[in-house]
Amino acid sequence: MLHIYCPYCEEFREEDEFHPVGEAHIERPLEPEALTDEQWSQYLFFRKNPRGLHHEMWVHGAGCRKFFNMTRHTVTYKILETYKMGQQPSVVAEESE
Amino acid sequence: MEKYSGFGLLKHSLSHHENWQRVWRNPTPKKHYDAIIVGGGGHGLATAYYMAKEHGMTNIAVVEKGYLGGGNTARNTTIIRSNYLWDEAAHLYEHSLKLWEGLAQDLNYNLMFSQRGVLNLGHTLQDMRDIERRVSANRLNGIDSQLLNTAEVQDIVPILDCSKTARYPVMGASWQPRGGTARHDAVAWGYARAADALGVDLLQQTEVTGIRRKDGAVCGVETNRGFISADKVACVAAGNSGTLAKMVGMELPLESHPLQAMVSEPIKPIIDTVVMSNHVHGYVSQSDKGDLVIGAGIDGYLGYGQRGSFNIVEHTISAIIEMFPIFSRVRLNRAWGGIVDTTPDACPIISKTHIKGLYFNCGWGTGGFKATPGSGNVFAHTVAKDEPHPLAKAFDIDRFTSGKLIDEHGAAGVAH
Repeated sequence: MLHIYCPYCEEFREEDEFHPVGEAHIERPLEPEALTDEQWSQYLFFRKNPRGLHHEMWVHGAGCRKFFNMTRHTVTYKILETYKMGQQPSVVAEESE
Repeated sequence: MEKYSGFGLLKHSLSHHENWQRVWRNPTPKKHYDAIIVGGGGHGLATAYYMAKEHGMTNIAVVEKGYLGGGNTARNTTIIRSNYLWDEAAHLYEHSLKLWEGLAQDLNYNLMFSQRGVLNLGHTLQDMRDIERRVSANRLNGIDSQLLNTAEVQDIVPILDCSKTARYPVMGASWQPRGGTARHDAVAWGYARAADALGVDLLQQTEVTGIRRKDGAVCGVETNRGFISADKVACVAAGNSGTLAKMVGMELPLESHPLQAMVSEPIKPIIDTVVMSNHVHGYVSQSDKGDLVIGAGIDGYLGYGQRGSFNIVEHTISAIIEMFPIFSRVRLNRAWGGIVDTTPDACPIISKTHIKGLYFNCGWGTGGFKATPGSGNVFAHTVAKDEPHPLAKAFDIDRFTSGKLIDEHGAAGVAH
């Protein structure tokens, strides 16, 4: 079970209290009408799905109920950091595998 | 190919079963193939078999980085059914189920295919509304789906707690008598043996490291055993599809998640059907060996670790025990995880690509095993004829741009 540090509660809590939401740092396009079908499809459906470091959003559903971001390795499941919404990760996922 | 039969078994018993023929060859790669299938799991091997059998393409190879049937084919819970909601999916899975029904004879291989029936339980009023809708849709598509009430469910599974005070009261179920289970390894082995007999080269321990192109068309694959030239490359690599797509700069709308399953110690026959509950993410059947095969829900986060989290195991086991109090003292033998490649609409991608001669069959997510024959059959057509099989047309990758999704989250059996 993952042991997750909530950056808002400033405490380690068990995985049960959290819920993964998906890839982090995806911004909704400001003008959806201006996008082509391909761009809109990219925004809606296409995700990085890396085998390695991944920035992802979680929600502390059974705690403070706030969303935050996490950098986690998708093979070892090791959590490198958690950080508040609006912040940038200090460990950056590599583009390659 | 040596034909398997009862008589053959008797004959070989005289020589203490020491003179059985090798089941398939272990060939060295040729310089050129008409088509290469990347991925030697059930789907890839089925594709190769139908390409050779129905489309006369025998100069083809299956390349597999590990060993045949060593990925999700070996990790699933072996359930077969076709009671999907939408026409497109229902037709595809029903096509597959029909192939299952004659497959052991076709392949001359004992698949231990058992049509023991599949129950999908409803625990809430909304469950029952959804089930009724799905059963009605199934019947319009000619699929043998039935709606059962609590008493009828109890009659089929006496050990299920159907009392009013149960933690998860059973309000009814959908029932597909033609559904059931099959031996997962045997499916891969049966297809491999039959494909090999038709002249297909099965290249194990051969990992694709690149896909070579010339003038916008595929011309072969780079592997750890050197370059192999091919006119067509068909990728059936489940969780590794994204890696292959990246080699040609393509993106696929897939996310990889761990999905867990577990088996108990072998016990005497106690449950002769498959019981699934979407609501509590637990399903159970009993293998011929006697162990209870239990499937769990999916982990919400991305993962390639081939293991899942303990809270999912706990959640599933507690639900199974609530439904089957008699199992409370059964011990678990093993638990494992497989990596499922899920799409946004819980339906597979069976598609040509913008690169000539490159095809993808992936995204089967949590429900690929039951589709093995059908998937191989329609994909073989798609690759051999370079146009989608009528049943595969709706599963084109373009649906994520056009918006014509096939939302099967409800009938896919496991929540995503």
